[in-house]
Amino acid sequence: MPATQEAGIFDESALVAKAREGDLAAFNELVNSYSRKIFRLAKHITQNDEDAEDVLQETFLKAFEHLGDFQGQSKFYTWIVRIAVNESLMKLRKRKSDRSVPLDEPVDTGEDTVVREIAVWDENPEQQYSREELGQILDEAVQGLRPAFRTVFVLRDIEELSTEETAEALGISVPAVKSRLLRARLQLREKLTRFFKRKGDDVFAYM
Amino acid sequence: MLTCKEFLQELNDYLDETGDIELRRRIESHITQCPNCFVILDTTKKTIQVYKGVLPQTLPPDVHSRLLKAVERKSTERKLRAGLPGVQH
Repeated sequence: MPATQEAGIFDESALVAKAREGDLAAFNELVNSYSRKIFRLAKHITQNDEDAEDVLQETFLKAFEHLGDFQGQSKFYTWIVRIAVNESLMKLRKRKSDRSVPLDEPVDTGEDTVVREIAVWDENPEQQYSREELGQILDEAVQGLRPAFRTVFVLRDIEELSTEETAEALGISVPAVKSRLLRARLQLREKLTRFFKRKGDDVFAYM
Repeated sequence: MLTCKEFLQELNDYLDETGDIELRRRIESHITQCPNCFVILDTTKKTIQVYKGVLPQTLPPDVHSRLLKAVERKSTERKLRAGLPGVQH
């Protein structure tokens, strides 16, 4: 498991203060701390490397340019996540071939909470697969979600933002975050059940 | 006793530990009597767990160096605009 900056050695507000005064080394330290997370987030939303790199650059360039506007009331990370989400969504909207559902569409149809497959999983399903295979299974399952659900899941359960931070980053209400997250989790559960269910336990799938 | 539909609606608050004690008690009582909802709770919990720390956080080295160069260019531009000393050009 990679060590993260949450370990505590990292004084974010001091770096932000220095960077605001024009200290490039301090800003680069912030870049080094968060660039991998921002890239992953952008890649999950835009679904390709090239767009993710554009988003990554735009995010840090905008942050650098507007550091003076950053109030310090939210965390620096939450602030750049908001920039990155906006940039990623712009990419999605610009993409003409993208026929997926727009992010601001009302999604409360209730149909997505229908549970179809109920089967017990293996105790440690991840051990049946190599790290690469597992990464691919998880990635493809997330990519199969509609953008409105995918974005919420990525922010809440992969990037571990709070419900409120996610609502703020996406410009949607807290109840909307909660309902989309529930649908996303249940849909992923269905997709992953196909890979992780305990063999010979189909007796549980009687409903 | 919660219905299965109510159980599903409250599932997130239970998993995120944001629901109150009474709700937790009602959910726990429901799953002892409903094997399907027990499985749904267990596998949804595992779904969330399996995503934690498994997806790679990697940045191709050239992506990282291009990012640092772009930031440096921006910094130089800004210093030039502000007429700050110490910028060689």
